Amino acid sequence: MIQKKDIPVIAKASPMERFGEANVVITVKNLVKKFGDFVANDDLSFEVYKGEIFGFLGANGAGKTTAIRILCGLSKPTSGELTIAGFDGYIDTEKIKKSIGYMSQKFSLYEDLTVVENIRFYGGIYGISGKEIRIRTEKLIEKLNLESVKDKLIKGLPLGWRQKLAFSVAILHEPKIVFLDEPTGGVDPITRRQFWDMIYEAANRGITVFVTTHYMDEAEYCNRVSIMVDGKIAALDTPDGLMKTFGANNMEGVFLKLARGK
Amino acid sequence: MSEIAISVNNLSKKYGDITAINNLSFEINKGELFGFIGPDGAGKTTLFRILCTLLLPDTGSASLCSFDAVKDYKKIRNIIGYMPGKFSLYQDLSVEENLSFFATIFGTTLEENYDLIRDIYIQIEPFKTRQAGKLSGGMKQKLALCCAMIHKPEVLVLDEPTTGVDAVSRKEFWEMLRKLKESGITIIVSTPYMDEASLCDRVALIQGGNIMSTDTPENIISQFDTALYAVKTHSMYQMMLDLKDWNQTETAYLFGQYMHLTIKDKDNNTIEAYLKSKSHKDIEIKQITPNIEDAFMRLMSK
Repeated sequence: MIQKKDIPVIAKASPMERFGEANVVITVKNLVKKFGDFVANDDLSFEVYKGEIFGFLGANGAGKTTAIRILCGLSKPTSGELTIAGFDGYIDTEKIKKSIGYMSQKFSLYEDLTVVENIRFYGGIYGISGKEIRIRTEKLIEKLNLESVKDKLIKGLPLGWRQKLAFSVAILHEPKIVFLDEPTGGVDPITRRQFWDMIYEAANRGITVFVTTHYMDEAEYCNRVSIMVDGKIAALDTPDGLMKTFGANNMEGVFLKLARGK
Repeated sequence: MSEIAISVNNLSKKYGDITAINNLSFEINKGELFGFIGPDGAGKTTLFRILCTLLLPDTGSASLCSFDAVKDYKKIRNIIGYMPGKFSLYQDLSVEENLSFFATIFGTTLEENYDLIRDIYIQIEPFKTRQAGKLSGGMKQKLALCCAMIHKPEVLVLDEPTTGVDAVSRKEFWEMLRKLKESGITIIVSTPYMDEASLCDRVALIQGGNIMSTDTPENIISQFDTALYAVKTHSMYQMMLDLKDWNQTETAYLFGQYMHLTIKDKDNNTIEAYLKSKSHKDIEIKQITPNIEDAFMRLMSK
């Protein structure tokens, strides 16, 4: 599945050293989002780099979904600076939408369309030409081994196949950033790992992966992880760095300390 | 010999051409905390719905506290508490109203069985006048558990109570279950989170409608039939590619910051030699005790 050629070795270096300042794809400065009196996102600041796998963790209700909606151009911040894929988060929301991919456990593919129809539909929405869609469809079907089910409706496919296809479709237009909202929930452990193989491959091609998960082992696969508590970013570092700072053996330990400490 | 709370024999259910559960047989003892561990689509919900008399099996039989799941469905409904995977309380009733509604249906009152739910209820009591639909995820879960127990059931059936719930709330929920177990109630619970298996007395690993193994978590782990190594080098991604490419690799799966590796060759020195030949640095290799997820994947690939 993974092509071996031209793979740079990912070293354990600081993100800035590894990715370089010129390669910032998400800049968030002092971002605030209020709903009435309620502060859902309270002064968030962070940067995410090209080709980085960035884990976005937090307890239920910590403000993750609100932040992701803003980063995807679906909602406007109350205040703060925001640049996504080079576009302004207040003005250029339509351009942002074209530069990103999105997939979640709840919403990914159309159940009443076939495998091929889903690929064609998403390809069309993102403005890929008919000829190019045909080429990419063929490649994708072959890569995911879906030849025998390509004309079957999505609703008949096992969840694991669907999620792998949904991810591939979300990056069909080669976006700069792909947002994955709990992409592996309920998926069997082998398929879950095949899914992460695909994430690594995409990141290695230069696509930035912004991912939320409730599986703490998956947090350890990320280059850096941020943890939100009550609307604020309570910690942001490499998994190694977080474990050292919080004196924990794994990310679950870090998460429990931070999220329970409130 | 312990008393049997649930007995299932050759139980099968199909939806059209799709086999949801395939010839399942098992027994669960009274007072046991029993887990069904498996991914979405494994058949957990179908099985639970049959046990709760909400669905008829195609073939086979199931009994709860000696009552037949088909013939004696009315009796079973009185002695079980069921918490479905999807939040099913009345969203526009308050916390208090939901509780007294379920109590009334079962011919009891909140006061009568208050002892059983007290520890959980006091956590949501400050919000007792709030509409159930406006509670946070963790609080909804606690209310649903209270409602499922208000009639002091003999068997508690919990279908994926922790799915989509964050790691902190999951931990709290399991602490509640351990406490409940002390009151002698039989609890069956399903979950897609493999790490929750270790919190159960016994588990069934379920996949594609089949039970792959039923035992204590310790025994399931001890049946892992080969040496397992945790391997780490300076580059996770490069290591992943190299290990998948190696002709001695049997299985290689990501696990946090390590890969868990089983090899065909019984000589583990070859691992280090191979990784060195691929220019890996900071190589760390240790033999480890498998966890439930390792065991699950081993059984899956058989």
